[in-house]
Amino acid sequence: MSKLDLSKPLKSYTDVEIQLGTSELKRGFAKMVQHGVVMDVTNPTQAAIAEEAGAVAVMVLDKLPADIRAAGGVARMATPEIIKEVMDTISIPVMAKARIGHTLEAQLLQNLGVDMIDESEVLTPANQASHIWKWPFTVPFVNGCRNLGEALRRIEEGTAMIRTKGEAGTGDVQEAIRHMRQVQLGIAELISLKDNHQELMIKAREMKVSYETVIKTVEAKRLPVVNFAAGGVATPADAAMMMRMGADGVFVGSGIYKSQDPENRAAAIVYAVTHWDNPGKVLEAQMMVNEKLSMPGLDAMSMSDDEKIQSRGSSI
Amino acid sequence: MEYMRTVGILGLQGAIVEHETALINAARNMNMDIKLKRIVEPSDLDAIDGLVMPGGESTAMILIGSKNGMLDAVINFLEKGKPAFGTCAGAILLSKDVKRGENMEGKKGAFPFMDTEILRNGYGRQVDSFSTELDMQGGKFKGIFIRAPIINSVGKDVEVLIEFMGKPVFVRQNKLIATTFHPELTDDTRIHEVFLKLI
Repeated sequence: MSKLDLSKPLKSYTDVEIQLGTSELKRGFAKMVQHGVVMDVTNPTQAAIAEEAGAVAVMVLDKLPADIRAAGGVARMATPEIIKEVMDTISIPVMAKARIGHTLEAQLLQNLGVDMIDESEVLTPANQASHIWKWPFTVPFVNGCRNLGEALRRIEEGTAMIRTKGEAGTGDVQEAIRHMRQVQLGIAELISLKDNHQELMIKAREMKVSYETVIKTVEAKRLPVVNFAAGGVATPADAAMMMRMGADGVFVGSGIYKSQDPENRAAAIVYAVTHWDNPGKVLEAQMMVNEKLSMPGLDAMSMSDDEKIQSRGSSI
Repeated sequence: MEYMRTVGILGLQGAIVEHETALINAARNMNMDIKLKRIVEPSDLDAIDGLVMPGGESTAMILIGSKNGMLDAVINFLEKGKPAFGTCAGAILLSKDVKRGENMEGKKGAFPFMDTEILRNGYGRQVDSFSTELDMQGGKFKGIFIRAPIINSVGKDVEVLIEFMGKPVFVRQNKLIATTFHPELTDDTRIHEVFLKLI
């Protein structure tokens, strides 16, 4: 028999009424990983190291973003058996990446039983016209964004969590910072226009989202879903910086396993996220790693637009 | 003037802000003034009257807490008989017997003060997460179960306040309460009010 036994429905609930896959449950899952670090892994060994370091979840992908960048070609979802092995190895949640707009890859991942799907620009986009329509899925999604409009468009498609994109696989945090700043400035601007319905309507049209979504954001004074930072986080100080900018948690991709001190670095980044507003503690975290062992990285500013991963996929 | 209680929320990881909002709303409904404090350092526990352990990942919380002496500090706090409220991961931390798989050997929770045997992710993974109407004394309560644990059995000192499918989902032992679901994700503050009455 195949090792891929599909996730079972809850057969013992015949006499009671339950709801599955509601927005509340999907957004609720994202709330449970707040103040945590989600780590990219490519196999069960790396997943076990991540769990042992205090990761709140792992993200399974076929190749780390830095390796995808180096290899070129088409990047797709990871091998199902490997995802399953990771799920069987660790007890923390397991996320996996699907290509942008690839509804079928996402359905496979849901049937496999992963806890969250990242519809990710790190993989080669499958549909240039649109993202996945995510509302019908039971499993929650996380999507990337570079600004508030992009975040709200993904939320309107049913995503349960947002992460700023940054520039994956570079070890350069500047794009992550730029995107987080864009989101926070966008929200601050909407709040400043509170009760000015005409201007808020213009904003909604500029961002290509509904007026209702804009109003919800104004009322919540934040994104209506959990917002993590991603794309280029390589050190404990980088992670703490993203928390300081208002991130609810951090994704770390190549930064850990492309460094030469992954175990220490993983634990140090977790420590820095917990204690981000205590500079003494962040220093302790930073002292757990050695800069000479950080991933060498790429300066995102020196890259041409077509080398950048962040702009891949549908722009609406 | 009445002494103002301070409620601590274990701030290592998880749904921290949701509990803060629920506690503020519960206190308002009870005409009670409370202060809130996030607990990330052992010394933060000095001035609090009760501790909330939020939902999140129990494994991550334990690893994070073990790095700066938080685990021992919380055990010290609970040994004094102080009130605590654990939700989901928090209920696991408080449990005397924690199992990772149905047939696997159990081990002590990080703060094993509640006489409960609990199975992590007992209801399944995220695709199995569900919500349902629970029967509570005084009416229904919306139960939001997210990768929730199952309380398989409880000791004689543990009072079962809500059951679902024959398993306890809201329990109390003296000044400790625990739910396997997430009242902090609803607007219903009644369970947080039960906790505030204990402090």
